[in-house]
Amino acid sequence: MIHWLYISTGLFLGWSLGANHAVNVFGTAVVSRMVRFRTAALIGGVFVILGAVLSGAGTTRTLNTLGAVNALPGAFTVALSVGITVAWMTKLKLPVSTSQAVVGGIIGWNLFTGSPTDTFSLSKILSTWLIGPLLAAVFGFLLFRLFVTFLRGARLHILHIDAHTRTGLLVIGALASYMLGANNIANVMGMFVPASPFADFTLGGFLTVAGSHQLFFLGGVAIAIGILTYGERVMQTVGKDLYKITPLAGLVVVLAETLVLFLFTSESLESLFVKLGLPPFPLVPLSSTQVVIGAVIGVGVAKGGRGINYNVLGKIASGWVTAPVAAGLLAFVLLFFVQNVFEQQVVRLTSYAVSREVMEEVHARGVDTTHLSPLSGTRISGSATFRQNLERQKAWTEQDLFVIFSSAELDSLRVDSLTVAKTLDSTMISPGQRRALNSLHGRVFVHRWQLDRALEGCDAEWAIPTAPGYEQEAKRQRALRELLYGTFHVPR
Amino acid sequence: MDLLLRKTRNLENQIDEYLDLVVRGALFFKEGLRCYVKGNDEQFALHLREIDATESSADGLRRSIETKLYVDTLIPEYRGDVLGLLESSDRVLNRSAETLTQFGVERPDILEDLKPMFLDLTDASMSTVESMVSAVRAYFREPDQVRNYITKAMFYEKESDALGDRIKRTVFQKDIDLSRKIHMRYFAFHIETIADEAEDVCDRLAIATIKRSL
Repeated sequence: MIHWLYISTGLFLGWSLGANHAVNVFGTAVVSRMVRFRTAALIGGVFVILGAVLSGAGTTRTLNTLGAVNALPGAFTVALSVGITVAWMTKLKLPVSTSQAVVGGIIGWNLFTGSPTDTFSLSKILSTWLIGPLLAAVFGFLLFRLFVTFLRGARLHILHIDAHTRTGLLVIGALASYMLGANNIANVMGMFVPASPFADFTLGGFLTVAGSHQLFFLGGVAIAIGILTYGERVMQTVGKDLYKITPLAGLVVVLAETLVLFLFTSESLESLFVKLGLPPFPLVPLSSTQVVIGAVIGVGVAKGGRGINYNVLGKIASGWVTAPVAAGLLAFVLLFFVQNVFEQQVVRLTSYAVSREVMEEVHARGVDTTHLSPLSGTRISGSATFRQNLERQKAWTEQDLFVIFSSAELDSLRVDSLTVAKTLDSTMISPGQRRALNSLHGRVFVHRWQLDRALEGCDAEWAIPTAPGYEQEAKRQRALRELLYGTFHVPR
Repeated sequence: MDLLLRKTRNLENQIDEYLDLVVRGALFFKEGLRCYVKGNDEQFALHLREIDATESSADGLRRSIETKLYVDTLIPEYRGDVLGLLESSDRVLNRSAETLTQFGVERPDILEDLKPMFLDLTDASMSTVESMVSAVRAYFREPDQVRNYITKAMFYEKESDALGDRIKRTVFQKDIDLSRKIHMRYFAFHIETIADEAEDVCDRLAIATIKRSL
């Protein structure tokens, strides 16, 4: 029952996302009266659900880049804060990016629980907030010029252009909806996957529907309801201010948005490029809201700079700063209430030990361990206490803290190659990897990185690739590691 | 997709047919007036019937196009402009039919030396209409050509203004009844008005084309 309560915040977040993001997908089509809102909502809803269920599974780790919200009540509170922030921004007519609010929420959780923030990941994410709109502006500009040149040469009838534009808006809108569902279901439902109240079931005797897929379906439905119930209002307010553009320019905007999102976030495209021996596009986590704004500017510039409403753009850009800050503050305050008033555990009690091995690992990861020595041999419970102890020694940077925390975190892992043989088939690990696991059978590790090093020592295939172009493989390897940590964990 | 384009193609054809009717109206007017001036009453009556039939077919076609544009919410951005263009083009056709009918009803007695001038005025006026129709056609397919046709139409319109003015001055210098003078001036004015109506369409078109420019 309590799980349903927690999941309801994810559904609320899904609803806000649908309401706020429908404008990115069908805003130009509906505002320019090329597509009726009902048609847009129907297509958008169906494709969002399809995207969430069919392609959503691979992206659930997105949220964990900054730090893992490791207790369900904590995840509930963060999702609630993000949902409220997005809904509030929607009310203020600001097209806000959910990922931005999620970043704010997670940092709020980190601050509240004393967990360090991975500043490397954070700076990477912050830089994409600039790169995303810039890339989209370039794409929007070039595509618009291309369209104009083509149409001048083709001498198509105005009604012909109209029919093609309409079809284009519907097709690209459906594709963009699919991607919206696939990319954002992680933000909406990702953190509830470990606590899914759904059991797997088999449909017609051959098709197994996993619990996580049922959860994603529910999340997709929430997004679709958001589009249907509130999407039109956002389109008519935000869209009318921002997208006072012709249907054709509207089509270019959505096309540029979809292309940029596809080229720079698609792992399958990346691996295809690598296979063909071509240099792949660098993968960056982009936000559709930022990308669409960039595309609008690009098209505006291509048209000679007329018709760009700089006031509205300024307001939107300020919203990009306000959203994460507001979500972070709200998460911090709500976490305080959830922990102290409702007495829920918002962070898993984690223990840390600073041993000689840990010091060596920290040093190997490029952090000066001179000030860590006084803590050598200590064992501390709770992330906040550990942080206080560390900060008494020296003012560490957030990145150093992140390295120390992840190296010192205690776990209890016993390698059981028999269980692994049952859960991992030959498609998931290679024979070499399996041999490495067999050779470690029965070994006990107290830190996760120790298991990592042992595996990498036995077989090079266990090493996580860092070269560009292998992001998908790296992601798969990390997911495999997470699976092993879960399988080998033995309660202390 | 094919079904959608088939519907679009039908409508494109209807718009083309409609513009054909406006041009045909202009040609019937020109021929009808030539027959009137030459005293060929039988042919004149035939052209009069033809221009009336053309006008009523054009009305039906225009209504059908307008309904389709609205019902299927086509070209939402330019629908208002297109409807305006079709309706103002219709006024040109109506004015041509009405003027030719007036010739049949009032049968103005045109002085022999003024007849070539009346024919020249008719030619200039109808050339304005033809160039206007070409400009409207270009609006739908090649908006960058609209300007060329509008320039032509404007040239012929000025020409018809000058010819109309010459007819009026010549008529009022003649030693004939004032009623006859006024009658001839009235018909010269009406032929000129057809060119003025075509000029209005061109003005409207110039603005619509700026809106359409990508």
